[in-house]
Order: sequence, then structure tokens, then C-alpha cells
Amino acid sequence: MKRRDFVKKATLSSFATLIGAELVFGSKMLNGYTPLALQDPDPFKLFNKHKDMVMLNDKPWNIEAQAHLLDDKVTPNSCMFIRNNGLVPEGINPNSWILTIDGESVKNKKSYSLDDLKSKFSHHTYQLTLECGGNGRAEFDPPAKGNQWTIGAVHCASWTGVRLRDVLEDAGINSNAVYIGYHAVDKHLSMDPEKEPISRGCPMSKALQDETLLAFKMNGEDIPLVHGYPLRLVAGGWPASVSGKWINRISIRNKVHDGTKMTGTAYRVPCKPVSPGEKVKDEDMCIIESMPVKSLITYPKTGAMINKGKSLTIRGHAWAGELEVNKMEYSIDFGSTWKTCTMEKPANRLAWQHFSAKVDFPESGYYEVWARATDTNGLAQPMLLPGWNPKGYLNNACHRIAVKVK
Amino acid sequence: MNNEESFRGQIMKLYRLLMLLFVLFVISGGGLVYYMNNPGFFDFKSNSDTIVEVPIEEDEDRIENGIHVRTGFIEADGMMTVINNCTNCHSAKIVTQNRMNTERWNATIKWMQETQNLWDLGGNQEVIVNYLVTNYPPKSKGRRMNLSDIDWYELDE
Repeated sequence: MKRRDFVKKATLSSFATLIGAELVFGSKMLNGYTPLALQDPDPFKLFNKHKDMVMLNDKPWNIEAQAHLLDDKVTPNSCMFIRNNGLVPEGINPNSWILTIDGESVKNKKSYSLDDLKSKFSHHTYQLTLECGGNGRAEFDPPAKGNQWTIGAVHCASWTGVRLRDVLEDAGINSNAVYIGYHAVDKHLSMDPEKEPISRGCPMSKALQDETLLAFKMNGEDIPLVHGYPLRLVAGGWPASVSGKWINRISIRNKVHDGTKMTGTAYRVPCKPVSPGEKVKDEDMCIIESMPVKSLITYPKTGAMINKGKSLTIRGHAWAGELEVNKMEYSIDFGSTWKTCTMEKPANRLAWQHFSAKVDFPESGYYEVWARATDTNGLAQPMLLPGWNPKGYLNNACHRIAVKVK
Repeated sequence: MNNEESFRGQIMKLYRLLMLLFVLFVISGGGLVYYMNNPGFFDFKSNSDTIVEVPIEEDEDRIENGIHVRTGFIEADGMMTVINNCTNCHSAKIVTQNRMNTERWNATIKWMQETQNLWDLGGNQEVIVNYLVTNYPPKSKGRRMNLSDIDWYELDE
């Protein structure tokens, strides 16, 4: 940051030297806005990401974590995955940012500045689990099209903002409202201004939950640009694509929102189970809502070698979409026997839960520690891949780490 | 009044600077023309026995170990056609991550043409799809793979 500030100042003053005058409107250049030419080409520095994050795609940016990077109870920015559908917007001015509430089912179309939102509505902070619908896609066979996420497209950060419900109710919701759909300022990859990279949403019941926020802070600070500055919709427990970034408009719809990536096969799975590789018609695909139960062992990092007779402490997180996790187990014999982990209650609804266990190994050799969560409806993670689907969503198979005992 | 004067002042400064830049440009241009005609001008005698490292010209289509460095594509028939048609909007990384058969690649191309502004590929479509299915064939993964590429380390607690 400091280095970049220095470069910015140095470059601004060299502009001044060059043209013999102050850079016209130089003083009006926004705080925190770095001219594009000065941006660091290294994405790990540009987005302040940990060096062990894995870049899947650089246009658009898609970067995932590894299990051991997610050990913190509240995920820091450095280890949060990035999933973008379009190009990160440039030159955002928070002072002129406007959020508009419109749509067929709004009583009064209304616009709010960021200051309006912050001053008019009460603030709330929640830890919210956001997992990409395609997390785990890389394991499907036959392979599914798209970014090949392994296990790291999930995080649970602390989000602060106003309740979407309070804002929607301020504008007024007609009784025929069905869904909300968001719109944002990111650009389509083709640069076609008519196209939105993504415009998703959720049913009114999800939009009106206490924890569904229009957030302006993440982990107590301004949301980083790549995660949606200055305003992000955050709907924990649902595919993270519902949590739109750079939001400038929310439409209250009288039908299921039909924006980009709401229709066809995007973020949808077959309504009825299909065999691997089977073709599924668009009309037989249903929108994903709550994400399934899942867990990650975040300590130790896979590949640990320990001495015989020593016990191993494992820990991690478990989450279950709209539900809670009420049982957490581990196995060192490929599921023949399971032992219970200790587990904490969530910090709030839709936050992931932390588990730990002390693992003893009977003899030396190669082991895998498998973790399995069960939700409050009694559904557990499968050890094998769950039902194949054309786009490779919802892989909640058990996570495991390799351990050698010497 | 004041503003207008200072604005005029700024314009004058700018004008003077542009003139200066223009004069510098003409002088350096002349120098370059002279240098082109007398390329030995900077070759001093002492240089004759020093080793001069000549920077290798940056070739944006450089191939190393069978890999096109800029994009990561495997060098094979059709690679440049793939680069020219498939990396304008998105990264090569989304192509090399995906392993599909001919039918699914053709369906993906059709989807990109219908929704993502991809142009008609004409005869290139066959070249592109052949390149992809030959160099990035689907791998069988079964219902669950072994853990692989494990980076073993000592853990002392």
C-alpha cells in the first residue's frame, strides 16, 4: 500500500513536471483510486492474496484457496477465493454511487446513495459462509465444463451492512413479489455494453432473511475491490453467485428473475437424478438454492509425517447451507469406523462451525483422515462423489488429508 | 478573472513545454538518422574484447519444452488457430482446464456463438476442436481419485 502510494505520488508529480502544470483534476482523483497504468500486474499483490492461493483463470479472475489456508475462524481477505464472471470495474466513485430499487413489484422505485443506506438503516454484522456452486467441480467424471475448482472456493468472512429487507420495505414490496434480481457495474468479457456478465438473485423468502445484507464492509474494512466494493449483496448458505458484487440496482420481480446465469443450465442441477454424462434438457434443470452439508480439514496440511505413538490434532470447519451441522466425525480407516469430533455452535446462523479432534493411529503406515458432517435434517456428506450433473455443481464429498506414521 | 488568468498561464506553460519537446524530438530524430548511417559511432576501441550480452528479442509466440509460453498451450497442429480465436475474450486457462470430446466442444462453441458474441469460425472450427480433443483428451476419474502430488513434511507438535 505504502509503496503504491509512493509510486502514485511520484508519478503524479512527474506528470506535473512533464506538462509544467499540476495534473488537471489531479486533486479530484479519488483516494484509493490508482490509475490503471500503475496497477500491479501480479494478481497476488494486486488483490493481496496469499502466495499459496491457486490461480485457475486470469481473464476473468478466478483464484481458489487450499484447505490449509482456510484455518482461520473468520477468513481473512488474503485467503478468500475470487470468482468473477466479467471484468473487475474500474474507477468506482463511492461518493456518487447510487443503488436503485425497481422492478415490476416495487411500490415506489427509489434510489439511495451509500450515505443514505448507511444513515437511514441500522447496521448488522454476520459471519456468512459463501461457497461457489461449482466448488469441487474438478472431481466429476465425465468432466463438467467451467473453472475446475477443487476444494478452495469457500470462505466465511464477517460482513457488515444493512438488511436488504429494510431497504426493500422502505421502497415498498407489492404482494405479487416473487424474486429479487441484482444488477452490477462489471463489464462483460466481450466488452459488449448490452451484456451483463451475471445478474442473479433469490426468492423473496431468502431476500427478507435477517442475515441477507447489502454489505459495505468485510472483516471490518471497506470491501476489497475484487470482492465487490463499494456494495455487495451477501446471502450466506446459497451459491456465492447469489451474493452479487458491485451492486447498483436490485429489481423486485413478479416472476423468477431471468437475468444472465439464472436461466438455461447455469447454477442449476437436474430436477431428477440422471446417470453420469446424460443429456438433460434446460426445462428439466432446477435452480440451486441452499448449498449442501460439507466440511474441510484445515489443519494439518495434507502430507504430515508424525512419529508412532504421537497423537495428531485435527481441526476445520463445517457448514450446511441454510441448516446447521449437528454431527462431525472423522475416520482413519476409509469409513469402516467413525469417531466424533468436538464442534462449536455457529457464531450466528449461516456461519461455518469449527471442529477439532485428537486422532490416534494404531500402527505405522499410510493413513487418510476423512471428515464427515451431518446436518440437522440427518443428511451426511457422501464419501464418493454425489450425483453427477452436467455443470458439475454441489460436490460435497468428504474431504480427506494424507498422513504418514513412522 | 483570477481563474482565467491562471488557466491562460497554464496553457502558456504547456505551449512552451510542447515547443521544447518538439525541438528535442527534432534533435534526437536527427541524431538517430546520423546513427543509422554511422552505426559504428558508439563502438569504442575497448569494446572489441568485452563480451556483450545481447538481449534476446521477446518473442510473444516463444515455445519452450513444447509449450507456448504466453498461453500455456501445448505446441501442436492448430495451436495458433486456437490462440487467435479462443483467447480474445477469455484466458487460455479456461480452455486448458477443460477436457471434452468433439461433440461437447462443438456444443460449447455453439453456446459461445449464441450468447457470448463469438464469431463464425468457418473451417477453423474443425482445426480448433481437433487440436483440443487431441491434446486435452478427457481423463477417466472414476467416482473418487487417489490423493496425489502429496508434499510430505515432518510435523512436530
